Amino acid sequence: MAEPKVKYDRQLRIWGQQGQDALEKSSICLLNCGPTGSETFKNLVLGGVGSITIVDGSKVEAGDLGNNFMVDESSIGQSKAKCVCSFLQELNDAVKAKFIEEYPEALIETNPSFFSQFTLVVATQLVEDAMIRLDRICREANVMLIFARSYGLTGFVRISLKEHTVIESKPEHFLDDLRLNNPWPELRRFAEGFDLNVQDPVVHKHIPYVVILVKMADEWAKSHGGRFPSTREEKKEFKELLKAGMFAQDEDNYREAIDASFKVFAPKGISSDLEQIINDCAAEVGNNSSDFWVMVAALKEFIANEGAGEAPLEGSIPDMTSSTEQYVNLQNIYQSKAEADFLVMEQLVRSTLKKIGKDPNSIPKGTIKSFCKNARKLKVCRYRPLVDEFNSPNIPELQKYLADEDYSTAGGIYILLRAVDRFAANYNTFPGQFDSAMDEDIPRLKSTATGLLGDLGCNGATLAEDLIHEMCRFGAAELHAIAALVGGIASQEVIKLITRQFVPMSGTFIFNGIDHKSQLLTL
Amino acid sequence: MADTSSQPSRSRDLDKLLLRPGNLVGATFEPGPELRDALQEDFVKVLVVGAGGLGCELLKDLALSGFRNLEVIDMDRIEVTNLNRQFLFRLEDVGKPKAEVAAKRVKERISGVNIVPHFCRIEDKDISFYSDFSIIALGLDSIEARSYINGVACSFLEYDSNDNPIEETIKPMVDGGTEGFKGHARVILPGVTPCFECTIWLFPPQVKFPLCTLAETPRTAAHCIEYAHLIKWNEVHGGVAFDPDDPKHMKWVYDEAVKRAELFGIPGVTYSLTQGVVKNIIPAIASTNAIISSACALETLKIVTGCSKTLSNYLTYNGAEGLHTKVTEFERDKDCLVCGPGVLIELDTSVTLKKFMDILEEHPKLQLSRASVTHRGKNLYMQAPPILEEMTRSNLSLPLLDLMDKVPKDVLHVNGTTVKKDEKVTCLRKLRVVFKGVDGVADMDTAGGA
Repeated sequence: MAEPKVKYDRQLRIWGQQGQDALEKSSICLLNCGPTGSETFKNLVLGGVGSITIVDGSKVEAGDLGNNFMVDESSIGQSKAKCVCSFLQELNDAVKAKFIEEYPEALIETNPSFFSQFTLVVATQLVEDAMIRLDRICREANVMLIFARSYGLTGFVRISLKEHTVIESKPEHFLDDLRLNNPWPELRRFAEGFDLNVQDPVVHKHIPYVVILVKMADEWAKSHGGRFPSTREEKKEFKELLKAGMFAQDEDNYREAIDASFKVFAPKGISSDLEQIINDCAAEVGNNSSDFWVMVAALKEFIANEGAGEAPLEGSIPDMTSSTEQYVNLQNIYQSKAEADFLVMEQLVRSTLKKIGKDPNSIPKGTIKSFCKNARKLKVCRYRPLVDEFNSPNIPELQKYLADEDYSTAGGIYILLRAVDRFAANYNTFPGQFDSAMDEDIPRLKSTATGLLGDLGCNGATLAEDLIHEMCRFGAAELHAIAALVGGIASQEVIKLITRQFVPMSGTFIFNGIDHKSQLLTL
Repeated sequence: MADTSSQPSRSRDLDKLLLRPGNLVGATFEPGPELRDALQEDFVKVLVVGAGGLGCELLKDLALSGFRNLEVIDMDRIEVTNLNRQFLFRLEDVGKPKAEVAAKRVKERISGVNIVPHFCRIEDKDISFYSDFSIIALGLDSIEARSYINGVACSFLEYDSNDNPIEETIKPMVDGGTEGFKGHARVILPGVTPCFECTIWLFPPQVKFPLCTLAETPRTAAHCIEYAHLIKWNEVHGGVAFDPDDPKHMKWVYDEAVKRAELFGIPGVTYSLTQGVVKNIIPAIASTNAIISSACALETLKIVTGCSKTLSNYLTYNGAEGLHTKVTEFERDKDCLVCGPGVLIELDTSVTLKKFMDILEEHPKLQLSRASVTHRGKNLYMQAPPILEEMTRSNLSLPLLDLMDKVPKDVLHVNGTTVKKDEKVTCLRKLRVVFKGVDGVADMDTAGGA
């Protein structure tokens, strides 16, 4: 067995040991191991999930060899679940792999409690009826669920769970937490220790831009009734003032100050996203509240009181031109403030826990620390129950999608992917599954789709004839490249959900393999 | 040959796409069993460049998309850190050539597929090697390698007298790249869609720390590491080249970086970060590679068969914050020196380099003065620096044909100044030079030439 730290090096750089530990603790289940399911799980086994259980009742046929890498000629006639499972095991001996030779529909019907043992279930190639039942089961059992389907050159991925909260959302571009227009006393005092007119040019060009901006912003506010630059002219003027402060053209610190001047113009206080989270009704905590919401409740108190409108300071600063000594000093100032904010938050969390009758020490220090550091970046994702979306989708949105130039194809695929299931329920075959029925299936699918739109209350909306024809041409084919793509997306979402890092997708992802103009639909 | 669609066969699913007519398809699409069978013929060969994270996936995806004749080229050997995503490799394969193991594994699982591995550098192959393929799929992680293959593919491209690309000379490429949860897939039809060089600006230059920061004012862990790697190593080991793959070298750099960080009170130097900074490691995961490779394989199938519309022409995928995909239709750089037609110039065999330069100056389209001329990377004449000018001066009186190794038609790159809107500007031009009356060019279409 390879040293896991080395084997997983390239992914540990993304989600760290903590994320890896979460993966290794997880137990995930796959329903149907055609290419879509097999490819999804290939990526997860390689990444080192704890255990997998593959559920599929079918036997391997010749046609499976043409689209699934996990079966080969020797597999024909054998249990597909068994063959796929043994190939997946070959990829990573650290994963516990097992299979159950049974049709998922039967399990959903007869043994709903089966699913409660898993962290997450990936359900592939299920039809609408089974999806709805499974969704109900997994929601009740608090098991995360992802649906994935490949259909000809199209497909979809849909996450379904009540709520997913993320502390480490790790956004790529996010405004640094520098408080340039709202410095706390220590930062202000530190800035005051610098003279922007210092004679020594070496000292001048090593003043950190944070100091330059704190001082300049302060000066501006003094002469503008306490306000900061807000109009375009004012912002331009502010930058001109910075430019005028330069001794020479090669002063990188001033250039950085000019580039970062927008950080002075940024509004004080918390973002509307965070506002929404602290005002969420889940932030009214009780005995059943999760740790996340307990900490949000504490955060709300912090912002209202000690934070004076701000979240706890993040505590890290970007690299900037400076002498080593002043940079390290500046770093310490930010870190001390972050530590002080954390200590306040910790007290608030402990007292909140006590208030709701929980052990005040039940949330570890490290978790609270991470929460504080990421307080501005918290994410809450909620997903509608499938049955609600299917029976009463957001009609204005759907109509907008169907009429919009960029969304109409994806909207059409969404409707048609549902229509083919309805078609199959009526005619016992998918449209275009057999060559001989192509001619009659096209108008049948069209009327099925029109009927579906009508039932949804979307009268008058039409689907492109070409797209209906294409769906019939696809004849429910599961093409390997599409399966690998849809499965790839599904596995990426699994990783985000299990590691509780990054932000999972919202809505339904409609994959359009015709021209790759895929879309996320929120219905 | 393969049986028909009535019977369940290996191509059960693919047949739906290749045997049935469709409305949203390419102009050349001719559905039928012949099309499916054609994919298995010798004349449809796909080259996969790179047998790493993308390459492994590409080989599998192409083999399961009906292609039967694949080749793969990669110079690397398998490492333990590959195993989290390069699914064709096992622990016992560590140290073996990637191309060979990848080819073997796919052949073992998919009967009838033929994969030829090439364990070598892409530059080691003759240009003619690359002309053999219907399409080239790139699974690379370096800009230089992409640029090289792009140059090779574009070198096959010929234009007609109206400066339209000649279809038979277009060597299509599909290119993928990933980093963490993000990636891109693109289709390059040289002469039709932008080539790699047309959109080279999509790849931002790598950030390098100023040496004075490393030497005088280090502030971050990375500064300390780069100091040890770029400055201290040479001071101490003068002459011994640093080898990033030698663990002893890496450990030395790490230890030095730790010492420096302690000296300056800088936190955060770890062995893992040291490796990351020194080797410029790009984080990589299986799922993103799967997504990008399958998009590339799908486009390969579409380009070869016309079975659907093609990606036009650049797909970006970002799964870090929600899920975002976007298709951008980039435009060609009309003056691109790699994929553009270049200006056609007909010459007598006796023309000297000096005379040729005079022709360029008088040429109405070019008006190129102060020309420096290169042929296939060889300097024929350089205006500067003085030392190169002196070295190449004697070429001026020699026949250009001789300087071009007697090749009767070829491309020259000329750097010089020209007049644009009454102003002199520097420019680089690609010129197609054809010598009249030399064997082998009689059949070439030179109508409308200079």
